[in-house]
Amino acid sequence: MIVVRRKPIDEILKMVGRHTRVMLVGCNTCAAVSLAGGQKEVDTLIELLSLAASRKGFSVEFSDAILERQCEPEFIEKLDSQGYDAILSLGCGAGVATLAGDNDKPVYPALDTLFIGSAQGFASWQAECSACGSCVLGETCGICPTTRCAKGILNGPCGGVKDGTCELGDRPCAWVEIYDRLESLGRIDDFGKTMPAKDNSISARCCEWDMTKEGDDS
Amino acid sequence: MNLHDALSSGTFAVTSEVGPPKGTDVSEMLASAEILRGRVHALNVTDNQAAVMRLCTLAACIHLKNAGHDAVYQVTCRDRNRLAMQSDLLGAASFGITNVLALTGDHIVVGDHPAAKSVFDYESVQLLETIVDLKGGRDAAGNELHGVPDFTIGAVVTPDAKPFRPQLAKFEKKVRAGATYFQTQAVYDPESFTSFSAYARGLGVKILAGVVVLRSAGMARFMNKNIPGIEVPQALIDQLEASNDPVQTGIEITARFIEQVRSECDGVHVMAVGAEHLVPRILDAAGL
Repeated sequence: MIVVRRKPIDEILKMVGRHTRVMLVGCNTCAAVSLAGGQKEVDTLIELLSLAASRKGFSVEFSDAILERQCEPEFIEKLDSQGYDAILSLGCGAGVATLAGDNDKPVYPALDTLFIGSAQGFASWQAECSACGSCVLGETCGICPTTRCAKGILNGPCGGVKDGTCELGDRPCAWVEIYDRLESLGRIDDFGKTMPAKDNSISARCCEWDMTKEGDDS
Repeated sequence: MNLHDALSSGTFAVTSEVGPPKGTDVSEMLASAEILRGRVHALNVTDNQAAVMRLCTLAACIHLKNAGHDAVYQVTCRDRNRLAMQSDLLGAASFGITNVLALTGDHIVVGDHPAAKSVFDYESVQLLETIVDLKGGRDAAGNELHGVPDFTIGAVVTPDAKPFRPQLAKFEKKVRAGATYFQTQAVYDPESFTSFSAYARGLGVKILAGVVVLRSAGMARFMNKNIPGIEVPQALIDQLEASNDPVQTGIEITARFIEQVRSECDGVHVMAVGAEHLVPRILDAAGL
């Protein structure tokens, strides 16, 4: 899923504080599961923004809507924003962009989009994928070195690992974990295979993906 | 004798390092190099060490070369992509700077420009392969070079890394990628170092033991706590604690270490870490 985090109230208010009627639009897919864009978070944000706006002497009216998915036009069609002069999206970057492309009103992001990740328990997520367009998870037992290694190293731990922890101190060393998992799966010989540098032209050319335009290479 | 000749003739190699300045005044760097003239085979030049922005390594290497020193051009992958690294390497070779040391590099966020974009287009193993390609007359994309560099290719290893086996596997990749000599992270335990060195030399590469002189018990404890891959034994910390002249004791500890491992490795890399003036005293004490 796409993991998101709400921006600070002051930053949001700077964007929407000068408008008079703002519609907050939640997204019931990733952003809701990220505990940042569901109905509950929309309601909370309206309360926080109303309070902050009145403290600053702004006169803004906030109301709410929820879309099942902000990143798909067929869901966005259902949004009726008549009478509003701005939209505040509680979706990921793709949601904000899709809403903005489909609307003649200004659309602002209430959230920052962090990463593609997995849930690690309540209200905790871990980055798992950088959408690089050339997956190596088959070589690394499902642990992405491009994402989970701070330097995106493809060939083993750097000299910064200390007792299995990354030199940044905020995560386990991805390569120590990959080593352990390869070993437990009886694949330790694979660790010795040198991985070539990433072909970055794949992601550079991946601004869109239209399956209907591609030939069948299967 | 320069580093390449020392390594190829089996002479015990001695290297140290200098750091380029923050700014354009290279006089202090050249003064540090001057004290080591005739004492070392080559001087490493660090590359934005600890992700702190400084005068560029290549320019510093040229200054050293012009002053008659043999420089080791350290190349990290943090700040430059594969085009920039290759063109700088060719530039270095065009000035006759052919000792290179490939490193991945400390992460940007630990340095003085933490908001900068980390590059890491390559890491050390891939960089080594590309340096070998250049030496073979081709760039990383397979294009032919007009004028081919003759590099002496080095890398680094941390013999006391924890855990060790993944580090060892990475070291073996560096050997296969084409590194011919290694400078190690600072090591203090002769037994553990020589066992690593024996294995590594068996793979056909030269090993230069990394040493950092301990100037106080506090420094030793700080390094154990904060520097990855450094293990100062408690007995050494106790010696420094009990000493009336801990700097002299630290020099003696370093000299004793070098004597103990000398026959089991190919050289020593003396890292000054802010005490360049002590390096000649260390070399004196070690009889180098």
